[in-house]
Amino acid sequence: MANISITPGSIARPADAIPKRPNPVWLFIRTQPLGFAGLIVILAYLAAAVGAQWIAPYDPEAIDFTAMLTPPNSEHLLGTDQFGRDVFSRIVYGARTALAVGILSSLFGCTLGAIIGAASGYWGGRIDTMIQRVVDVMLSFPIIVLAMVVVAVLGKRPLLGVDMNLVAAIALPFIPKMTRIARSSTLSIAQMPYIDAARAAGYGDGRIIMRHILPNIVAPYLIMTTAFIAQAILLEASLSFLGLGVTEPTPAWGLMLSGASADFYKSAPWMILFPGLAITLAVFAFNMFGDSLRDWLDPKMRS
Amino acid sequence: MQSAAATMGSHSVEMAQAAVPGPAVQAAPVLEINDLHVHFKTHAGTVRAVEGVTYAVRPGEIVAIVGESGSGKSVSALTVMRLLPPATSRVVKGTIKFQGRNLLELDDEEMRKIRGRDVAMIFQEPMTSLNPVLSIGLQLMEPLFIHINMSDAEAKARAIELLTLVGITDPANRLAQYPHQLSGGMRQRVMIAIGLACNPKLLIADEPTTALDVTIQAQILELMKDLSRRLGIAVIVITHNLGIVARYADRINVMYAARMVESGPAEAVFGTPTHPYARGLLGAVPRLDRPRTSKLQTIDGAPPNLLNPPQGCRFRPRCRFAIDACSVAPERVEIAPDHTVACHRSAEIATLDTAASQLVSQAKTTLAPTTAQPMVDIRGVSKHFAVGGGLFTAKKIVRAVNDISLSVRAGETLGIVGESGCGKSTLGRVILRLDDPTAGEIFFDGTDLAHLGRDEMVDVRKKMQVIFQDPYSSLNPRMTVGQIISEPMRVHDITPKAECPARVAELLTLVGLFPYMALRYPHELSGGQRQRVGIARALAVNPRVIVCDEAVSALDVSIQGQVINLLEDLQEKLGLTYIFIAHDLAVVRHISTRVAVMYLGRVVELAQADELFSNPKHPYTRALLEAAPVPDPVVEKARPRAIIRGELPSPLRPPSGCVFHPRCSIAQASCKTDVPKLEERVSGHFAACPHT
Repeated sequence: MANISITPGSIARPADAIPKRPNPVWLFIRTQPLGFAGLIVILAYLAAAVGAQWIAPYDPEAIDFTAMLTPPNSEHLLGTDQFGRDVFSRIVYGARTALAVGILSSLFGCTLGAIIGAASGYWGGRIDTMIQRVVDVMLSFPIIVLAMVVVAVLGKRPLLGVDMNLVAAIALPFIPKMTRIARSSTLSIAQMPYIDAARAAGYGDGRIIMRHILPNIVAPYLIMTTAFIAQAILLEASLSFLGLGVTEPTPAWGLMLSGASADFYKSAPWMILFPGLAITLAVFAFNMFGDSLRDWLDPKMRS
Repeated sequence: MQSAAATMGSHSVEMAQAAVPGPAVQAAPVLEINDLHVHFKTHAGTVRAVEGVTYAVRPGEIVAIVGESGSGKSVSALTVMRLLPPATSRVVKGTIKFQGRNLLELDDEEMRKIRGRDVAMIFQEPMTSLNPVLSIGLQLMEPLFIHINMSDAEAKARAIELLTLVGITDPANRLAQYPHQLSGGMRQRVMIAIGLACNPKLLIADEPTTALDVTIQAQILELMKDLSRRLGIAVIVITHNLGIVARYADRINVMYAARMVESGPAEAVFGTPTHPYARGLLGAVPRLDRPRTSKLQTIDGAPPNLLNPPQGCRFRPRCRFAIDACSVAPERVEIAPDHTVACHRSAEIATLDTAASQLVSQAKTTLAPTTAQPMVDIRGVSKHFAVGGGLFTAKKIVRAVNDISLSVRAGETLGIVGESGCGKSTLGRVILRLDDPTAGEIFFDGTDLAHLGRDEMVDVRKKMQVIFQDPYSSLNPRMTVGQIISEPMRVHDITPKAECPARVAELLTLVGLFPYMALRYPHELSGGQRQRVGIARALAVNPRVIVCDEAVSALDVSIQGQVINLLEDLQEKLGLTYIFIAHDLAVVRHISTRVAVMYLGRVVELAQADELFSNPKHPYTRALLEAAPVPDPVVEKARPRAIIRGELPSPLRPPSGCVFHPRCSIAQASCKTDVPKLEERVSGHFAACPHT
């Protein structure tokens, strides 16, 4: 079969032949500067979370009645709260909960939602109807109620300092949302001839969903995941406020924003300003990184 | 004003008929485009989309702009309407004079008044260019309100008049209808009516019939020609289809890579095409009016990237006759009165080309032996879809494929031809078991596919493959070419993993691509190259049968010829059997051993390709052949204009008896009740009509 000569066809001229593929990492840095900045912020947060005990100047839970409500100064970079606890140290330690809960629950919820949604859209019919009715029910509950039920029923299950049941509770409300989005994207992709081609080639449904559909819904997936990270941090704060999430005195950004500190917003604005900025910066960084990641993963944007 | 239009119209008719060779000669041009240059800014650089285009259009004249995708044919016309995106496009040079005024110098408000009133435009997709939530009456009257301040009553009367003009029956009641209630052909008629609403001087039609079936296409073109003559409207038709312009255009402008390469009266351009590209285009189209040739003459390569076009003559890299002088861009020179060509070798081209074309003009002789065992045997297959059906409404049944029996012999190509909605693609999908048949049996190598389970079907899938129409959506955009081609071999364990790259390289070479292309993503390839990747993917499992579902329909003419030749080469070398589904009669005749004609879910005629096309028995086949355009104005103008009546009925409510009887010219009373059987007329020639 090797020696078959074929009528000269649409053969590209060798001049424009071999494509130069730039190093993907360098390509990301060069074409996605904002995303790269986001990545650096995320890495900084990760470093803070991992190395909190070396970075934080004070014990985040140590109460110091001699330094209550101190404004930012050279000793306390970002001031202290009503118990004299160092705000900077609490933010650094708070990164642990925020990142663990934010990233894990968002990734977990969106990934599961994407797979369920893709399967639902691809198979259609009765399976689709059943999945979508369950989704309807889940969507009809307020997010906070859904999460509360899980936390209340399951209790705590700490793993490496992170409460896994809290992660599950926060992930749960994201699953139906992502399912819907993944399903609608799948419905349009399932119409594409390359899916027919895959079926005609005799590939199994699992392979078609994982290899041919999921990579093509990566754009909405990444957008939702990064958006949910922010929501997850805030939801965690709400649960903490209700006494179901991370509880005092453990440092958590949401906890620092809510509750008693709100009473001091006039006299000690730094108490809520800096945790708020920490959350905003994290959300912004994740969004930028997510957008860039989406573009970078799209082969069309790469050339 | 209506009566004025009518008198003016009848006056123009006399003028047009008196004028020989055409109305073009006397009147002053309505539109004169002179040395137009349009650039697009993209992130990759400047695309020179139109370079030095010059042409004129006179009242009552139809000018065709012919070229492949990306040749700048649409851009030059959109510039006339000033509809190009202002942020990214720029007219660098040139003038567009419309009735003496340079359109490029008008301000937006003045331009807006001209658009829709003096210059109207018809787009390709009648399905999407009408607003689905507004009634067609409202859409027809809108320009009348905006441009001529008509009252409601006047506008309504005019709307009814316009619908009558474009041949829509029962116009008064149609005004309240919505686009989805009309068929594609009707919608295009409505689009034309909207274009004509304000008595335009110039009508620009961008691929007006590309989305329509061949019988409807003929009706629409006939209508446009008639209106242009009667109302003295200048018409610009932008198309890639040489066949349709032969009959209707007065002048042809051929564009290639942003430049006009040849321009002249239709008879001259078709009779003595001179630019090598124009010659190549004409040679690349299989023709119904000539004996089949063994190979299509093709143009090598693909059109250049306009970001980085070749120096000198743009066609030089693909040209068989290129010489050193071609590194300087040729000027357009007049080789005959009114016939200009941009080629350094225009004087000698005719003598140069004869030797080359003799090579491919040998008649096609050898056909697969008719006694070969059936490879695929379809027996009484039906496919019905249930549509609609809510809580209170019953489901309706679409009989997409209705009791079809066909057999495909080993090594042959069975062509299946018909208009959209005839069920040809559904039949292909049922054979591939992408859809399950409602009834019937499909024997492949002795096993009945219709009743195979999923797992058993996997083994069959290795022997039966498919090539799809759209090279843009049939390849997964997230996978490289190498991954796409190697996936089936890995999944089915056909090739050991270590040998996959070598096999991919071999397959790429086999389909006329380079092995290094394995690293590319689909979007980095041209349409023709992608279709070759689709073919390589189908070949990866060493199939015996390939279903080609409109496999060349989406390709440019010059690329289409290359892919057809490739498919034929592969068939010969690998002993493949093809089921070739297409709507283009000439292509089907060229490639097929036998041809089945489908209409509304049924096979109405089946015969050897040459027999079917030279001696059609069924009235529908005859009508199709009459409507199919031939790229030769002389042949076209001599042919009878027997245009098939009406539209394809909805498969939801198929006519009783013979499904073709409402459109048939020889229908008799019995046709309304009796379903005709497919009967053998001559040896091997079956037709489902007792009256011929």
